[in-house]
Amino acid sequence: MRWSSVPIVVLVAGLTVSSFPPRLHAQADTTTNEVSLSALPAVDAWRTIHALRVCGDPDNMPFSDSLRQGFEDKIADVIAKALGDSVTYVWWPHRRGFVRSTLSARTCDVVMGLPTGYDPVLETKPYYRSTYYAVSREDRHIMISSLNDPALRTLQIGVSLIGEDYTNTPPSEALSARGIVKNVHGYSSFYDPENNPNDIMNAVISGTVDVALVWGPTAGYYAKLSSVPLRLTALPDSDSTGIPFAYDVALGVRHSDREFRDKLNEILEQQHDEIQQILHEFNVPMLPITPH
Amino acid sequence: MNRFTRVSSWAAMIGALAAGASSVGAQQQLIEASKNPNQWVMTGRTYDLQRHSPLKQITTANVKDLHVAWSFSTGVLRGHEGNPLVVGHVMYLHSAFPNKVYALDLAKDGAPQIWQFTPEQSADAIPIACCDVVNRGLAYSAKYDRLYIELLAGDLLALDAKTGKQVFRVNNADYKKGETMTNAPLVVGDVVIAGISGGEFGVRGSVTAYSAADGKRLWRGYSTGPDNEVLITDKTLKSPYPSDQGKDLGVSTWQGDQWQRGGGTTWGWYSYDPELNLFYYGSGNPGVWNPDQRPGDNKWSMSLWARNPETGEVHWVYQMTPHDAWDYDGVNENVLFDHGGQKLLAHFDRNGFGYTLDRTTGKVIVANPYGPVNWASKIDLTTGRPVENPSKRTSAKGNTEGICPAAIGFKDQQPSSYDPDNGLFFVPTNNICMDYEGVEVKYSAGQPYVGAIVRMFPGPGGNRGAVIAWDPIKGKIVWKDNENLAAYGGTLNTAGGIVFYGTMEGWLKAVDAKTGKLLWKFKTPSGIIGNPMTYVGPDGRQYVAILSGIGGWAGIGVAAGIGAEDPTAGLGALGAFGDAGSYSTQGGVLTVFALDKAPAK
Repeated sequence: MRWSSVPIVVLVAGLTVSSFPPRLHAQADTTTNEVSLSALPAVDAWRTIHALRVCGDPDNMPFSDSLRQGFEDKIADVIAKALGDSVTYVWWPHRRGFVRSTLSARTCDVVMGLPTGYDPVLETKPYYRSTYYAVSREDRHIMISSLNDPALRTLQIGVSLIGEDYTNTPPSEALSARGIVKNVHGYSSFYDPENNPNDIMNAVISGTVDVALVWGPTAGYYAKLSSVPLRLTALPDSDSTGIPFAYDVALGVRHSDREFRDKLNEILEQQHDEIQQILHEFNVPMLPITPH
Repeated sequence: MNRFTRVSSWAAMIGALAAGASSVGAQQQLIEASKNPNQWVMTGRTYDLQRHSPLKQITTANVKDLHVAWSFSTGVLRGHEGNPLVVGHVMYLHSAFPNKVYALDLAKDGAPQIWQFTPEQSADAIPIACCDVVNRGLAYSAKYDRLYIELLAGDLLALDAKTGKQVFRVNNADYKKGETMTNAPLVVGDVVIAGISGGEFGVRGSVTAYSAADGKRLWRGYSTGPDNEVLITDKTLKSPYPSDQGKDLGVSTWQGDQWQRGGGTTWGWYSYDPELNLFYYGSGNPGVWNPDQRPGDNKWSMSLWARNPETGEVHWVYQMTPHDAWDYDGVNENVLFDHGGQKLLAHFDRNGFGYTLDRTTGKVIVANPYGPVNWASKIDLTTGRPVENPSKRTSAKGNTEGICPAAIGFKDQQPSSYDPDNGLFFVPTNNICMDYEGVEVKYSAGQPYVGAIVRMFPGPGGNRGAVIAWDPIKGKIVWKDNENLAAYGGTLNTAGGIVFYGTMEGWLKAVDAKTGKLLWKFKTPSGIIGNPMTYVGPDGRQYVAILSGIGGWAGIGVAAGIGAEDPTAGLGALGAFGDAGSYSTQGGVLTVFALDKAPAK
């Protein structure tokens, strides 16, 4: 198992972080330096700290933001309540080094939304499943149900960019596998005051692109807020190229925190209805979760 | 020469330096200062980046007696690349983030601080930097008696060299967009030139010139986009290679508007030829889209450049690795040298080929592998293009195994040196290959995806690095010293017949320039990724100085505390260098060596 020596990793990483505490967007909730590393047991941090310490992105609606307005923030409240704990946050943008700088550095104990199969964390049971959606304006009457649709060779298409490791989102990879590249426009997920999570949706609304291929929760949330009616069509679970589009999403904890993971699994089951209610309020388009 | 006269001539030189300000052109002044072998006024000692010192008190015969004279901690525990400068009796030293700058008095016992400056910078820039929070050093202007440093979070800072007071600070890069700065700026006359890092985030690479006097922006030349923004003009030479000919190739070799986030960052070392009035540098990997998504050459990523420092105009540009699929950034140093009446430059690229070019025209004369390259069989000298091995091209569609070199290259930032007396290069190298494997679930900023993972491992032979002596005309290795870990710091060669280099374990080594035979070594406090330099102190003795402090891409595991348990972390570097932490831990110390006394002449 790749992470068999996690405690060693964690201690060294923790020292690094405390030399340069992150000052990201919002600081009020940061607990980075309050807990001495040596005081922590190797497991069960949540038992001694009496706080659900969430590793969150401060600027990534509808998932989370530093004002705790995202659906992941609301679900964290539900879980903390069930634990009888309060919620604290360490905010860090969700990009390269996120797990290393937060969860592995033991400055927080849970990441609220990660795809299952994501190696750096120990995952809970999934609490929702979604896929990528083709988003267009209703009044354009564009019907895209498959990336094999010949219309995609001429329409202007928006995709989200990731860029790390020379990889991008599954539908944009699937387009390039079909040789569709010229009419594809990228929207940065390196968010800053000029690049927002809803830029790709606004591009559809303004007509900059004809259709955008967007991860479900983002598509659903901003479609609900849109001033014009938008059409969302689910892409299939996986593409004929073998690239998966649909993912189960779970909570992630450190590999050493198995007991905490089991506790979270219990709570996810007990609070299932309330959590589903939150996902519905945020208009997260969901698929049935894969049976495990 | 006795010690007294040596000191007097030293004082006279400093006086001349100060007095010369009004009478000699700013550029000439710095060139004259760099000719004095006692000091080290620019990053590569001279504009040609040869890192050759004419000093010869320390010889192959007496180097065994070298010992520590003094040492100095920067107070920062991250990767320390680069080397200090010595101007007159003062040493100027930089650190990794937060980019502290120190002035140390070499005329006093133990070199106490004259001043230190710690710039205020947002720590938000730390996680954005790809490969540790390094800085490659300072640039000095003799005319203004100022130091310039590029700060990680994106500002170019000018300090008064006498007082350490800030003169100006201007913004060049926006870390909120993924842009950071790590390279040493270049001062040419009244111009300071700064580069940019962050290719993996869709940064659009550029070089930008600022007034050395007041920081006013003078010009910016982009690496991608239309010719008028790249600063390719009517006067730009026509390339000898058809695929580098044509208008607006920085647009037409991409799909749609991809060039706007096209990468081509500029974080390497810059050289300058005063006679041709051209500066030389390389550009990095094409940005943000995967190779399948950006068919085309993706110009001008992965290219070597000659530009006019006053106008930014491109004199020539040559793309080494069209349509990159391996992350072989072309940013490594271009060392200028002359041979048989020809003005040449040598460049040891991450792609594994050692290039010798005519630096007046950009024509490739020699391009041979300096390690076990297998992604391409050769560089075709008629087209200038690599002859690729299709089975080693990475693709989102599948796995590609055993690619040599790895993304980190047979050589990365660690600068080579050139000995003009015997015509050899001394090149610090990595011997690392990689597997590029298909599918692993990943997540970034609200989006799940399936990404590639890169695993790096030692190349043929099992040693992870070597220092080689290279004949740039024959394109051949003359001798080779294998290293267990990579030789991830620079080399220095001296007229004393010695090549100095550091290792990631922390050894500073002195080897015979003729044979590579080990003559002396010393274990510094931390792994070395910095460059050795040498100077003569006010006491008349020759000193050798080296920064230790493991980090950078190769040493990111130790610097950032990532364990070997995750071999794909650090962009794959942990797979190759996961044990680096067993040799040394984090550091940030300058160690300075000397002989007991200056040998009698």
